[in-house]
Amino acid sequence: MENRNSMFSSLRSQLAKQETSCLQITRGCLDKIDKGAPMNAFIAVQAERALRQAQQVDEKIRRNKAGRLAGMVVAIKDNLAVSGESTTCGSKMLKNFVPPYQATVIDRLLAEDAVLIGKTNMDEYAMGSSTENSAFGPVRNPHDLTRVAGGSSGGSAAAVAAGMCTAALGSDTGGSIRQPAAFCGVVGLKPTYGRVSRYGLIAYASSLDQIGPFGRDVYDCALLLEVIAGKDPRDATSSDTAVPPFHTAVGQPVKGLRIGIPREYAGDGLQPEIEQALRRAAERLADSGAEVCSVSLPHSEYAIAAYYVIATAEASSNLARYDGAHYGFAANQRSDLEEMYVHTRTQGFGSEVKRRIMLGTYVLSSGYYDAYYRKALQARTVIKSDFITALDQVDCLLTPTTPTTAFKLGEKIDDPLTMYLSDIFTVSVNLAGLPAISFPFGRDENNLPIGLQMIGRPFDESTILRTAGLLSEL
Amino acid sequence: MGAFEPVIGLEVHIHLSTESKIFCGCSTRFGAPANTQVCPVCLGLPGSLPVLNRRAVTFAARLALATHSVIRPVSTFARKNYFYPDLPKGYQISQFEEPFCEKGYLDIKLKNGAKKRVRIHRIHLEEDAGKSMHAESYVSGDETLVDINRCGVPLLEIVSEPDLSSAEEAYAYLAQIRQIVRYLDICDGNMEEGSLRCDANISVRPVGSTALGIKTEVKNMNSFQNVQDAIDFEIRRQLRLTEQGQAVEQITLLWDAHRGVAEPMRSKEYSHDYRYFPEPDLPPIQISEAWIAEIAREMPEMADEKTRRYVEEYQLPLYDAQVLTEDREIAVYFEETIRTAKDKKLASNWIMGEVMRALKEKKGRLADLPVTPDRLGELLNLISQNVLNQTTAKKVFDRMLKTGIAAGQIMKEQGLEQISDQSELESLVQAVLAERPKEVAAFHQGNTKVFGFLVGEVMKASSGKANPKITQEALRRLLQARQPD
Repeated sequence: MENRNSMFSSLRSQLAKQETSCLQITRGCLDKIDKGAPMNAFIAVQAERALRQAQQVDEKIRRNKAGRLAGMVVAIKDNLAVSGESTTCGSKMLKNFVPPYQATVIDRLLAEDAVLIGKTNMDEYAMGSSTENSAFGPVRNPHDLTRVAGGSSGGSAAAVAAGMCTAALGSDTGGSIRQPAAFCGVVGLKPTYGRVSRYGLIAYASSLDQIGPFGRDVYDCALLLEVIAGKDPRDATSSDTAVPPFHTAVGQPVKGLRIGIPREYAGDGLQPEIEQALRRAAERLADSGAEVCSVSLPHSEYAIAAYYVIATAEASSNLARYDGAHYGFAANQRSDLEEMYVHTRTQGFGSEVKRRIMLGTYVLSSGYYDAYYRKALQARTVIKSDFITALDQVDCLLTPTTPTTAFKLGEKIDDPLTMYLSDIFTVSVNLAGLPAISFPFGRDENNLPIGLQMIGRPFDESTILRTAGLLSEL
Repeated sequence: MGAFEPVIGLEVHIHLSTESKIFCGCSTRFGAPANTQVCPVCLGLPGSLPVLNRRAVTFAARLALATHSVIRPVSTFARKNYFYPDLPKGYQISQFEEPFCEKGYLDIKLKNGAKKRVRIHRIHLEEDAGKSMHAESYVSGDETLVDINRCGVPLLEIVSEPDLSSAEEAYAYLAQIRQIVRYLDICDGNMEEGSLRCDANISVRPVGSTALGIKTEVKNMNSFQNVQDAIDFEIRRQLRLTEQGQAVEQITLLWDAHRGVAEPMRSKEYSHDYRYFPEPDLPPIQISEAWIAEIAREMPEMADEKTRRYVEEYQLPLYDAQVLTEDREIAVYFEETIRTAKDKKLASNWIMGEVMRALKEKKGRLADLPVTPDRLGELLNLISQNVLNQTTAKKVFDRMLKTGIAAGQIMKEQGLEQISDQSELESLVQAVLAERPKEVAAFHQGNTKVFGFLVGEVMKASSGKANPKITQEALRRLLQARQPD
């Protein structure tokens, strides 16, 4: 049935009536990719494979056997393993790495007839907020090529915004889906931790990483989530919580819902137009019969620090495997073991990755563990309980996604701390393991998209899809 | 200066004999060609994730119950981080702050017959690393080759309290662990193949003191003999230093079995900061009371219980029961034999005698012995039924060892059946008596010693096949019949 909130839904009707074809849609995307080359959204485009797949999907449509995603052209962040295709993670370290196995989410997309068009650019190992840390060059924002697309899933966000694909997959560890979605004016969803299998996602910080969709609208995100979600025997942290038909939540009335706005998420550093957008959104919700109130998340100020301790600690361990002995880049200098390690890792990793490995190694070191890592875990616990308390009183939380709209390339790259602060509204959601969606809500005075965020209770993606579906507009 | 005593604690690693690895479906079989039992998970390829093998948890619980340890309802995995090429992830998944179980004990038997209780500090689950080849003939000078087959094989690390005070006690403790894990059927206990490994922490202190001295760690002991020799060596070294008034340095030593010395490792090779932290890819192990109860119900009968049962149920002497239950394989062989064999004491005698002798000579394993328990049972029943005498039975047994064929068939082939037929034996006896009038006369004059000689003559005449009991009866009767009036 056609959903009036969904471009894809109407496209499906056209496909059914054979007014268009999957092949035609795929060709259109490839055309946009060619024209948008300066954006550098893709690391690899699989044109031939995509066209071949599109023809197969068209055949299935003709035989009335097409899956739920037939007609959807999807771009994949390059930290997701696609069997037999290079998976670089935006790093020189894995420049020539071809996995012999495939991420569960890719299996699930293919089973529903999505066309995979290519692998998108990203901050190396998903570490960054601007996609300037990619070994393959930065991604430029489709709305203003002098500005960043956000990160780390900058390529996926830019590709969707520029019409290079219908939708995309990214990963979100501290805001890596929601922040670039906000900067590029698209919808990006980070599911509840455990909702989507991480098998085949190259790990940055395992207790925070979660794969999620980008779409032009909320409906597309809902549909994609529905396909990729659910228990996977290959990921012990994936949940067996039932997966509801998320797409039916989009367009449902919000009347009677209680929506909280955290007091701590306003104030210094928040761009005035974003604050205005937040107010406007609150009014719209109230006009639609929702109840909007103020709530408190008292420990929010500890989130950035806790995040950078926990994420870097896990990263220092997750990235130990890139040692030049087994696969990926290996330096030529290898007269002894230590030399091989040092040169391989010095040359193979970029500076932000090395910074985080060193930070993470330090906070786990004997004598520092209690002061940093254990403290950060305690902070994580209180931050999580803040959210649970707040979400006892309200159905979901409305916040800005970012303190500012997209910044200029090079503006923050030499100032890591300022860069880290661009995730101030997103990281605590990962620490708490909650679902959150960023959706476009107007533009600032430079005509750049503004993103707002809706945060939900664990495994209640339906409610945030419903409220975001009402508000989303560019 | 007063006397000093050694203080020893052991860290024992056992390979669990699960079919598949602890975090993936790869086979754990020993001896496969290098790097053939691997997958993205145990190769540590990026994006792969571990999934816990439930069977490994069941095995851990069996050992926990057998060592009277307290099982944590919730225990967690942790990453132990260090760089080495045979550790493809750059960390080993182990347990640290919350191990599987704690506070257990084992009672060990010492040579003088005394028992000693050794406390177990903790037992935890972990994965094994791969194997590095440096010095083998097929590795060129400056190369190291890596085999990942062993990577991810489930291990239990059993950490004792420092309750052992001699190499002999350490040996007894290790032997006790081997017996237990074999009885539990969770590990084959083979030190040479590395499925049972042992490191020792050793220190010395003045007799009477309760404080612990500076300890050293001794590694690379690859046999039971190594363990005893290496510990003896290190105790002597520390006592010598202490007696000379020198301090023992906290170092790690590697036992060199060929030279019979323990050499210090370079400090760089062991002074790791492992940076343990909770493993985010695996949820905690949750083990319910009900699951523990189920495992307890399925616990196999242990050596002590078997010993008691053999004495009570089978009326075996305590000595027999202890020898038979020392090794689980022997005990199982015995129990299978007496399913066929009617005489349990006869079975015990034969297994302690002939079967163990054969094993020692062949240096083989019981499972490979061509004489299966039911075949042995058949043989023993032939003895009980007087079809075979002991001497002939041993000949048949030797033939069975070589060929693996059944006793009955060997007897037919070689015409070895015992002669128990009354009339056949009587005519044999009559023939001997007819040939030996002198001895017959001597017997009748009261010289009973010649009776044995005459039995021997009948045996000879029958090529050893005469049933001794019936022969004696016949001889006595026929001699009496010839008694002059």
